[in-house]
Amino acid sequence: MSVMPAEERTIVTPAEADHPLLFEQGAPGATAVSLPESDVPEIDAASAIGAEYLAEDAPELPGFPEIGEMDLVRHYTRLSHRLFSVDENFYPLGSCTMKYNPRVNERAAAMPEFANLHPYQPIEDVQGILETLFHLRTYLEEISGLSEVTLQPSAGAQGEMTGLMMINAYHRSRGENRPKVLTPDSAHGTNPATCTMCGRQACTVKSRSDGRVDLDDLRAQVDDQTAALMITNPNTVGVFDEQISDIAAIVHGCGAQLYLDGANMNALLGIARPADFGVDVMHFNTHKTFSTPHGCGGPGAGPVGVAEHLRPHLPVPQVVRCDDGSYAWCEDRSKSIGKVRSFYGQIGVLLRAFVYIRALGSDGLRNASEKAVLSANYLAARLKDRYHFPFPPPYAHEFVMVPRFGSARVTELDVAKRLIDYGIHPPTMSWPIQHCLMIEPTETESLATLDHFAEAMIAIADEVEQDPETVRTAPHNMPVRRMDEVAASRKPNIRWPR
Amino acid sequence: MDYTQITEPQTREMLATIGVERIDDLFKDIPTSQRQAGLLDIPRGISEPELLTELDRLARNNTPCDDANTVCFLGAGVYDHFIPTVVDALANQSEFVTAYTPYQAEASQGSLQAFYEFQTMICQLTGMDVANASLYEQATAVAEGVLMAAAVTKRNRVLICDTLHPDAIHVLRTLTYEQPIEPVKIPHAGGAIDMDALKSELNDATAAVILQSPNFLGTIERVAEIATLAHDVGALVVQSVDPISCGVLKNHGDLDVDIAVGEGQPLGIPMSYGGPFLGLFACREQYMRKMPGRIVGITRDLDGKRGFCLTLQTREQHIKRQRATSNVCTNQGLLALRAAIHMAAMGKEGIRTVARQCLDKAHYLSEKIDALDGYNLKFDTPFFREFVVQTTHPVDRVLEHCHSRGILAGVAMKTWFDDLDDCFMVAVTEKRTRKQLDDLVEALGSV
Ligand SMILES: Cc1ncc(COP(=O)(O)O)c(C=O)c1O
Repeated sequence: MSVMPAEERTIVTPAEADHPLLFEQGAPGATAVSLPESDVPEIDAASAIGAEYLAEDAPELPGFPEIGEMDLVRHYTRLSHRLFSVDENFYPLGSCTMKYNPRVNERAAAMPEFANLHPYQPIEDVQGILETLFHLRTYLEEISGLSEVTLQPSAGAQGEMTGLMMINAYHRSRGENRPKVLTPDSAHGTNPATCTMCGRQACTVKSRSDGRVDLDDLRAQVDDQTAALMITNPNTVGVFDEQISDIAAIVHGCGAQLYLDGANMNALLGIARPADFGVDVMHFNTHKTFSTPHGCGGPGAGPVGVAEHLRPHLPVPQVVRCDDGSYAWCEDRSKSIGKVRSFYGQIGVLLRAFVYIRALGSDGLRNASEKAVLSANYLAARLKDRYHFPFPPPYAHEFVMVPRFGSARVTELDVAKRLIDYGIHPPTMSWPIQHCLMIEPTETESLATLDHFAEAMIAIADEVEQDPETVRTAPHNMPVRRMDEVAASRKPNIRWPR
Repeated sequence: MDYTQITEPQTREMLATIGVERIDDLFKDIPTSQRQAGLLDIPRGISEPELLTELDRLARNNTPCDDANTVCFLGAGVYDHFIPTVVDALANQSEFVTAYTPYQAEASQGSLQAFYEFQTMICQLTGMDVANASLYEQATAVAEGVLMAAAVTKRNRVLICDTLHPDAIHVLRTLTYEQPIEPVKIPHAGGAIDMDALKSELNDATAAVILQSPNFLGTIERVAEIATLAHDVGALVVQSVDPISCGVLKNHGDLDVDIAVGEGQPLGIPMSYGGPFLGLFACREQYMRKMPGRIVGITRDLDGKRGFCLTLQTREQHIKRQRATSNVCTNQGLLALRAAIHMAAMGKEGIRTVARQCLDKAHYLSEKIDALDGYNLKFDTPFFREFVVQTTHPVDRVLEHCHSRGILAGVAMKTWFDDLDDCFMVAVTEKRTRKQLDDLVEALGSV
């Protein structure tokens, strides 16, 4: 396979680069929809509801688009071409699990029997979706080993919040109020942000040079004021912290709870269950582990599982199977933290996650995790001579490495941006350690794609030696070059002028 | 069926490159005592035909709102509006579906531009200065609005009108439970906010008045008047808005609202049993740097060419960690994109037409129901597309009778309001035909 930058494969021509905004297109009176004439008499709105509430005549909606269907289709089709996506590009974005999003998931979500259900329809009208949700709940309970799962949270961050609120409620139910939550220095930013939103102070625990939690620092910090330790395992540098049982024992020894950020569950499906290493609460990210698409930034879903002692605090309502075999919503939970979002959750997303788990089954899930881990370790092995690996193998489903090139002033950002010219989406950058790239291939890529990526990384390392300027100024084949982000936030233009 | 592509011989080749014998060796850091012995206790994988059979079985156990068998007059925050084919087609383009959050601007101009246009259209619709690129749904948008109002005013007391969607009230309570927020409930009187109660609770410790208009009971609130009262004591107004109503009603900028939040579901998003939906968030320019969620801005690239990037990121958790304005990370990108396509497809005229037809059809139906024996409109307040009906019949019997004729006549109000146990609420979208409206009247008359 050729590992040349895809110069000829430029995704848009320069002429299209300045693609006009919707507001710069169309003409007054144009529209892309046809609606039937109203078949009821027009009311006198001013007398029916009062002139003071009405926009005079009809609202002006100044600047609002007026465009025909053909041009609307071209507009969005062109936008869709100015975008890297899993369906077109290898997307080794660490911590994000950009695996293939099966078409059959989308087919299920689009079925009118699922898409056209109103949340307040009578329970007998919605038995199919309730059964689906109930099975998904039990699958996640089995995968985590935890006692009960709520499907309600809207994404990972809301799952974290749900989990921490339950932990707070648990401590309170025992007459304690614990103000502190520990997070390792390698934690994802949502962990400390969630602590603040839950009225808790986030305290940082050091990691050792091999990426594992520094147990001495943990022991020094954990106390009877500590509500929980929020940990990611395999952690964000891509290694499984084998001290996890000791960590759990230390945390539990002080009466604190162990929260698992489940963003990295793609390494563990059917391999190990978080409950078996002492986790009390965890969230899943269906949009990472269970193949629901990322949609340019959502929707996701963040189901949360808890151990037995936290069950009384789960959100309401919960999907249940009744004695007669029918399904229902149960509102009854005396110490519930309440509802964390409208209605029942991101149902369309949860449906896709169900379809995925049903398709893979116990055997497929384990194979997926095995292949994800195999692929990551294979890439690391292929790159180990050209890049610096701060942590020793084996890795879980992802790894971090540091581009370090003698004297050439080429940064991780430059390498990542140069990958774009090879048709590859940049890895996660500069987190969780300085100057790193975090690479997660996922299990759904072919060996050919993995090899192409390895060869592109090696080619870039060569370029750094022979022609560093090309790398430093990448990308070269995109509709735009690097953006002036400083100017963007100094004088923000976040809406089209009035 | 597991979507992996690596074959057995390739596995051996890869293991050799890594320098281990078996895949198991790669898991050596997981202590054996914690390894899963054998397969998980969930069914084994199945093929696609088997999967489709299973999905068909589950689907048959649902009775969707499809007009042919079930006509939907349910509302209460989720509405059965028409979604043009072109919206589904474009929003389902796989590049949009399978891309990540646009952190890498050069490779994400398409989604960034679409979000910039979305932000603009939300501003145009609501009359607000700035908008973000989405939150989860109405309820969390309301909660974020409250937190922002408290941060801006440095006050904690918030007046929450009980005509806000009950889920929003509930979620607001959950999500601000650990914050120094002091919620004060303002009751309704005759379907609208009790103005006397509001006046007596408003004081110079008040951060904000949180209301919804049209409210949960359908009533169009006296927002402008409330805004004046609130601003007189230095409090903000957080209004939950219905984007469709902006096609006939005065917008929130004109009403002097400070923060507009709301549910974007009516903008081309299927009802999907309650989600995923789209939290809207817009506000006045001076609060822009405290706004939660992702924001896209216009900037220039190295060559001076116009382009887009995520901006004001120093508000966000990946930079600010515990000092971030909010913990929201993954939000509702694809729904924002879908709503943008829907708004663009509708255009000025489409938005007005839909709003106008909702208004006309809701009023046509309400008059007919009010004229029936045993039914009357509960409130005499102005409404847009939804209204509360009081009946002398048992509400459950009314709803079951209509259901047996393939009509979902409305939602029973006793679920949320003890004092409305003899009431149900009816929503009418532009999709309902005169025949369907007359059929509902006929069904109600024959209980
Ligand atoms: C380690 C980790 N934790 C938490 C999150 C937050 O999850 P979400 O984006 O679903 O809110 C992410 C996602 O980016 C993550 O990578």
